[in-house]
Amino acid sequence: MTSAPWLSLTIWIPIAFGVAVLAFNDRHAAAVRQIALIGAVLGLAASLPLYTGFNTQTSAMQFVELSPWIPRFSINYNLGVDGISVLFILLNSFITVLVVIAGWASIQKKVAQYMAAFLIMSGLLNGVFAALDAMLFYVFFEATLIPMYLVIGIWGGPNRVYAAVKFFLYTLLGSLLMLVAFLYLYDKAGGSFSILAWHKLPLAMTPQILLFFAFFLAFAVKVPMWPVHTWLPDAHVEAPTGGSAVLAAILLKLGAYGFIRFSLPVLPDASHALSGFMITLSLIAVVYIGLVALVQTDMKKLIAYSSIAHMGFVTLGFFIFNVYGAEGALVQMISHGFVSAAMFLCVGVMYDRMHSRQIADYGGVVNTMPKFAALMMLFAMANCGLPATSGFVGEFMVIMGALKQNFWIGFLAATTLIWGAAYTLWLYKRVIFGAVANDHVAALKDIGAREFLVLALLAVAVLGMGLYPLPFTEVMHASVDALLQHLAVSKL
Amino acid sequence: MNFTMPNLLPAYPEIFLLVMVSAVLVVDLFLPQRLRFVTYALTQLTLLGCAVLTLDVAVLTQGMVTYTFNNMFVADLMGHALKLGAYIALFTTLVYSRAYLADRGMWKGEFFALVLFALMGIMVMISANHFLTLYLGLELLSLSLYALVALDRDSARSTEAAMKYFVLGALASGLLLYGMSMIYGATGTLDISQVARVIGTANPNKIVLTFGLVFLVSGMAFKLGVVPFHMWIPDVYEGAPTAVTLIIGSAPKLAAFAMAMRLLVMGLLDLAVDWQQMLVILAVLSMAVGNLAALAQTNIKRMLAYSTISHMGFMLLGLLAGVVNGNWLNAADAYSAAMFYVMVYVLTTLGTFGMVLLLSRAGFEAENLDDFKGLNARNPWYAFIMLLLMFSLAGVPPTVGFYAKLSVLQPLLAGGMTWLAVVAVLFSLIGAFYYLRIVKLMYFDEPTDTAPIRPSLDMSVLISVNGLAVLALGIMPQSLMALCYFSIKSL
Repeated sequence: MTSAPWLSLTIWIPIAFGVAVLAFNDRHAAAVRQIALIGAVLGLAASLPLYTGFNTQTSAMQFVELSPWIPRFSINYNLGVDGISVLFILLNSFITVLVVIAGWASIQKKVAQYMAAFLIMSGLLNGVFAALDAMLFYVFFEATLIPMYLVIGIWGGPNRVYAAVKFFLYTLLGSLLMLVAFLYLYDKAGGSFSILAWHKLPLAMTPQILLFFAFFLAFAVKVPMWPVHTWLPDAHVEAPTGGSAVLAAILLKLGAYGFIRFSLPVLPDASHALSGFMITLSLIAVVYIGLVALVQTDMKKLIAYSSIAHMGFVTLGFFIFNVYGAEGALVQMISHGFVSAAMFLCVGVMYDRMHSRQIADYGGVVNTMPKFAALMMLFAMANCGLPATSGFVGEFMVIMGALKQNFWIGFLAATTLIWGAAYTLWLYKRVIFGAVANDHVAALKDIGAREFLVLALLAVAVLGMGLYPLPFTEVMHASVDALLQHLAVSKL
Repeated sequence: MNFTMPNLLPAYPEIFLLVMVSAVLVVDLFLPQRLRFVTYALTQLTLLGCAVLTLDVAVLTQGMVTYTFNNMFVADLMGHALKLGAYIALFTTLVYSRAYLADRGMWKGEFFALVLFALMGIMVMISANHFLTLYLGLELLSLSLYALVALDRDSARSTEAAMKYFVLGALASGLLLYGMSMIYGATGTLDISQVARVIGTANPNKIVLTFGLVFLVSGMAFKLGVVPFHMWIPDVYEGAPTAVTLIIGSAPKLAAFAMAMRLLVMGLLDLAVDWQQMLVILAVLSMAVGNLAALAQTNIKRMLAYSTISHMGFMLLGLLAGVVNGNWLNAADAYSAAMFYVMVYVLTTLGTFGMVLLLSRAGFEAENLDDFKGLNARNPWYAFIMLLLMFSLAGVPPTVGFYAKLSVLQPLLAGGMTWLAVVAVLFSLIGAFYYLRIVKLMYFDEPTDTAPIRPSLDMSVLISVNGLAVLALGIMPQSLMALCYFSIKSL
């Protein structure tokens, strides 16, 4: 282990490059793209030591950095990762590189601002996952709203303004109540915002329940859980490809991460008491939203709903309180990061050529874009959880955990294998297979080297994780065990 | 007759200012219009001199609370900090207004003299330790502002605004005076520290006191512009020339905060249970009416007026969280949070109205929200500055507006007033909508007005500094927070 402040570097390198590219205008678009790529790659490089130097034997925080930030409220610049958070930093840094490459040619308007928004957002997201001080967490958590709001609103589709405002206000509502909860805990903890101190803080049942709902609003909106999910399809449909990819791959994980970092360990008794409630909402997301996805006519909307269903699996996994469920949920989060990003990038590839997201406008794409069709096939399979893809590992583990808990929960969860297969494969069939639907499809050109690189990297990740998930699970094992032990002890 | 010379040291800045106002008035008489810049420079130098003297007084009194003029006047750290804030606010205002005034035939000596007199009023209010001193300062400030609003004398709208402001302001002064006389009746003194002592020890007539308190709070609410005493704010903000709106919206808020501190906290802390209840009503109503009404505005000055109302309501939350069940432990936290909130609010308001002035030009008033359309395409830098200011008003990190909200909410929760905190954040959510709308107009819409934006260098630099300060203080809020905390703690 080296002593360099790797976590700070993963946060501030992308932000510094993001600010730097803002100095250029659209005449220097080529330079902007290159600088942005360098920034993203450096950010990824800075995150690699977090994995190579990670000690898998301990559940304690690693790579800890601590310095006072706002002594007036004893707020510290306190960073650190455990087996739960480290993977998300890697995932985020990886996706950022892909998003920069994916936006290379398709973004021609305000290139510098586009790249800057993504780089700054990438740094802020790393900050969310690394923060060990609740106020630092909150600042990063909220600050990500600003670049995403602009990304949706500036580069989005026709109804982008509505989607951007809806996205912003929905998430702000949740997080403002979380702020109140944070301040309450700060007071209870005798003036400390340290998340780890909060984990040990004894709390009576009533405050736990109330705090749980404050956190619930903040995190459930982000996840998003049914019934506060309605912003997501709008935001996804209107966002540009890169925006959708980051939104699905990383931003949605913030909510689930919040549950596992705050709700569960800080409020274990409320979490147990309300697990039925959470499981019910998760199952509604899995079953009902799966059915909703089936009837979508817009490709992005379909994938957006499929994201909600997949995230239902994640929250389900957390609230069945066994090691299969929790680890399965975490694996599902990482896997969904790869798969959903890949699916949105696939739609982006087609959208760049056809300027339509309607399923009805497509058909027979395989005839003109065979390479693309093959790659998308893989991602579609991963999306419906086929064994040997990353999608299978997480879903299988969660279903197993659920079956141990209760047969019917496991049964309902397992139906996702049907819904998922139905909407994904049907989408694939209608878009890719069949006879060439129209002249536009006939005129399609297959993916170029840059698009191939992006999708191939994701394909490697999806397959690698599906065939050999151990490198992922061994990292999280110690931390998940510690969390479950912590959860078993009442705080009352 | 025996006359002892009072200690003049604590009042050096005020004395200097008075001398300089007179000098500005006289010098200006002899200047032709083309040399009016000299008046401007002299005014700015006066502000600089006041700042130096205030710092000097702070050093010479070693930050101790120092009374003079038979306890009518007090110099303390809170006063010094607020005065410095007022100088900075007015300095910035004058820089922002220069081109605007020159384009509209208001580039006159009277403007500067009135601004300095208003400052005089602000300073006297901040340093008042006596009901009469406070009242004198308030009237000096108000009268200067009435005249400033009507400065563009051919504009019917300005004249109407000035008239409204005057009538309602006079009514408020009346209420305040009536309240003061009641308190005087009950305690037999006008000296604020004496009032506190008498209430604490001599057990004066509670009914008369409370009666007076109601009038005091109403008068104060008028000056702060909180609901239901807010009617003048939108009309005056809209009707006054934008440069004057900026003056009304910035430094006087610091004075109003000082007035609330001197009257309620330093004079009537023993009645906290009573006035805190009144402030709860004022705060909740202001946040509700301010935020909801702002949603419906199409004129940016009116929108910012309603936003002011809601922000003053939020600030009151800090003032009302100080004493919980007779326990003062929370007091320093709560009052310094309110002070921090006001300071941050003034800083942000300066920037937003500065931006309105920046978009205005000869023969064109940037008054409507639509004038911000496509600003990102016209000039990305100013759009970015405005973005920072809007997110700060909405209270989104990493801008300083977030810490202002945070520091006010903290004592509220520590004092067990969780429901108020929840109400406050829900109304800030509504507030976020209309600030977002401006960001939307700037970034998502195409420009309708393509005239190039060419501010003078000083304005361009200062507004950039102003906007970046909102971000920098958001990343490093400790210094300003500590300043507010120590100035309140030292009282």
